[in-house]
Amino acid sequence: MKFGEFGGRFVPEMLIPPLEELEEKYEELKNSKEFRRELDELLRSYAGRPTPLYYAKNLSEKVGGAKIYLKREDLLHSGAHKINNTLGQALLAKHMGKSRLIAETGAGQHGVATAMAGAKLGLKVDVYMGAEDVERQRQNVFRMKLLGANVIPVESGSKTLKDAINEALRDWSRTFESSHYLVGSVVGPHPYPTIVRDFQSVIGREIKAQVLELEGALPYAVIACVGGGSNAIGAFYEFIDERDVRLIGVEAGGKGLESGEHAASLNAGEKGVLHGMLSYFLQDEDGQILDTHSISAGLDYPGVGPEHAWFKETGRAEYVAVSDDEALATFMELSRTEGIIPALESAHAVAYAMKLAEQLDGDEVVVVNLSGRGDKDMGIVMEVLGDA
Amino acid sequence: MLDRSLVTFITAGDPDPDKTLDFMLVLEKYSDVIELGIPFSDPVADGKTIQKANLRALRNGFRVRKVFEIVGEFREHSGKKVVLMTYYNPIFRMGVERFVRLSAEAGVDGIIAVDLPADDSREFREICRKFSIKTIFIASPNTADERLRLIDRASTGFVYLTSDYGTTGKRESIGERAFEFINRAKEVCRNPIGVGFGISKAEHVRELINAGADGVIVGSAIVELVELYGENADEYMEEKVRELVRGLK
Repeated sequence: MKFGEFGGRFVPEMLIPPLEELEEKYEELKNSKEFRRELDELLRSYAGRPTPLYYAKNLSEKVGGAKIYLKREDLLHSGAHKINNTLGQALLAKHMGKSRLIAETGAGQHGVATAMAGAKLGLKVDVYMGAEDVERQRQNVFRMKLLGANVIPVESGSKTLKDAINEALRDWSRTFESSHYLVGSVVGPHPYPTIVRDFQSVIGREIKAQVLELEGALPYAVIACVGGGSNAIGAFYEFIDERDVRLIGVEAGGKGLESGEHAASLNAGEKGVLHGMLSYFLQDEDGQILDTHSISAGLDYPGVGPEHAWFKETGRAEYVAVSDDEALATFMELSRTEGIIPALESAHAVAYAMKLAEQLDGDEVVVVNLSGRGDKDMGIVMEVLGDA
Repeated sequence: MLDRSLVTFITAGDPDPDKTLDFMLVLEKYSDVIELGIPFSDPVADGKTIQKANLRALRNGFRVRKVFEIVGEFREHSGKKVVLMTYYNPIFRMGVERFVRLSAEAGVDGIIAVDLPADDSREFREICRKFSIKTIFIASPNTADERLRLIDRASTGFVYLTSDYGTTGKRESIGERAFEFINRAKEVCRNPIGVGFGISKAEHVRELINAGADGVIVGSAIVELVELYGENADEYMEEKVRELVRGLK
C-alpha cells in the first residue's frame, strides 16, 4: 500500500470502500489468464504494440558519444503511452461491471486515450478538464467529443489539471457504484499508482528484450520525462533490480528552478499530502498547493507519483530538470536530424539524454522513452516560434 | 462532545480574517459546537459553496497560523466548544505535533482531518491524546460495520456520519440512506454521533435528532450567507441559526 512512507490512501472516507473493491478486483484479475489475453490482444491489434526500439543514429553521431535509442511509444494509437493504461483500466472497469468511466485530463492526451478505450469497450466517458486547458487545447476537446466522450470544463481553483483531478474525485465520491475513475498517471490513492505502473511496465519489458537483442547488453541508462510519472515508471520498472542501469527522470524545469515557474516537484518540492497520496508537491509554507508552469501541458502537475518519491529517497533513480527552452530546442533538433517530431514532454527526456550521451563513450547505450508524438503541440510551438 | 447538539460550520478567514471572530460570536449564541474550517487550495470533499469560501479566504491572504489567533480570541468571550476541520496537508506541512500543540494552546477542543483515514492515523491520535485534543473521524453510508468500529475506536470526540455520498452542500431533503446509517451507527459506535452533509433546515435537524443523532452539523447553508452578504452576513446568520436550533426543541 505504501512505497516507504510515500503513497497511502488519503481520501474522504466514502472513497475507501470503492478503492478496496478496486484493489480486490485488480488483484484477482491481474493473474487471470483470460484477462491478460484480452488485454494483450487489445494492446497488439488495437494500440499497436510492441513499439520499436529505434537507434537514433543521426542524432547520436551529431552529439558524439553514447548511442541514443528511442523507445517509440509515439507510434502507438492515440500518439502516446497513455493508451497502455486506459485500455487496461477500461477492461478492468468492464470486468467490475461498471458502465461509465470518469477521467481527468490536462492537455487532453489522457482524455483522448480514455475516450478511445471507452468507445472500443462500450463504456460511457466523462472527462474533467480545467476550463483554461479547454481553451488552450481545443483540438483535443474536439477529438474527445468525436470519440463520443463528454468533456466537462472545470471552473474551480486554478482551472487546470489539479482542479480537474479534484472534480473527478468529487464525481467519483457520488457515482462509485456505477463508475470507475480512470486515473491517468501513477498518482492518486492506493491502488492507483500500482495499477497504472503495472499497465505501463510493458514499456520496460519490451525495452529490455529489444536492447538485449540489438546490443547484447543492458543500457547504461534509461531516461524518461516525469510529470505524474507514468511513462517513466513504465520504462524503469523492469530495470529496478538491474543496479548497473541508471534510471533518470526528467522534470519540467519551466523557466528555471530559481524562477519558481516550473513543475519540478521532486527537484524543488516538499513532502505533502494531496490527491490521496503522500509524495512531493510544490506548495507554500502553509501546505497550499502552488500553480505550476511548463511549456508541455503533460508535465504541468504540482505533484509526482509516490513510487518516484520513494526511488528518489532510496537513490534508485535520479531526477533532473530541463527547461522550456532546452525542450523546445530539442523538439526542433529531433525533428530535423531524425524526422521525428516528439511531444514536448518527451523532448525534455531527449534533451537530457543528449547531454548525458555527450559525456559517454561510443560503446555505451542510453535509452530514451519517447512517450508521445508532437502533433498535438503544433499550436503551442507555432505560437512560440511565430510560424517557424 | 455531543448531546442533542447543533454544530455550526464556517470557513475561517471568509471573507477576511478579521470577520471570523464576529461570525463565531453570532453562532456561539445558538450552537453547542463551532466547527472552523481551515481554507485549503484543493478541497476535494467540499461542494461548490465551501470551495468558494476557501478560495475567498485564500485570496484575502489567510494564513493557517491565524486560525489559532482567532480561537484564542474567541476563548476570551466564550467557553463553547471549537473543532477545527482541515485537510491533512496543512497539518502535515506544519508538523503534526506543532499543529496540535498550537491548537491546544489556543483552546481548540477537537480536530477533524477530512482526508486522514482512521487506519493511518496513529501518530496523529497519539499526539492529540498527549495534548488532550479530541479526535473526530468521518464515516460514510458505505462504511462497513467492521470499519465503522475502527473509526469509532479512533475517535474520542464523536463520529461524524455523512448523510449521503458525494461532497458537502445543501440538499433538498435527507434521504433514507441517512436514517438507515444512523440506526446502524447507533448499534456499532460507543461515541456520540454527529450527522452532516446537506442539512440546511430546522426540519432536517428535527428529523435527524429524532432518528437518534446526538448532533447535527450545518455548514454550506451558513457559508452560503457569507457568499451572499459578505461582511454583513452577521444578521442573516443569526436568523438562520435561530431557525435551525428550533429543530432541537
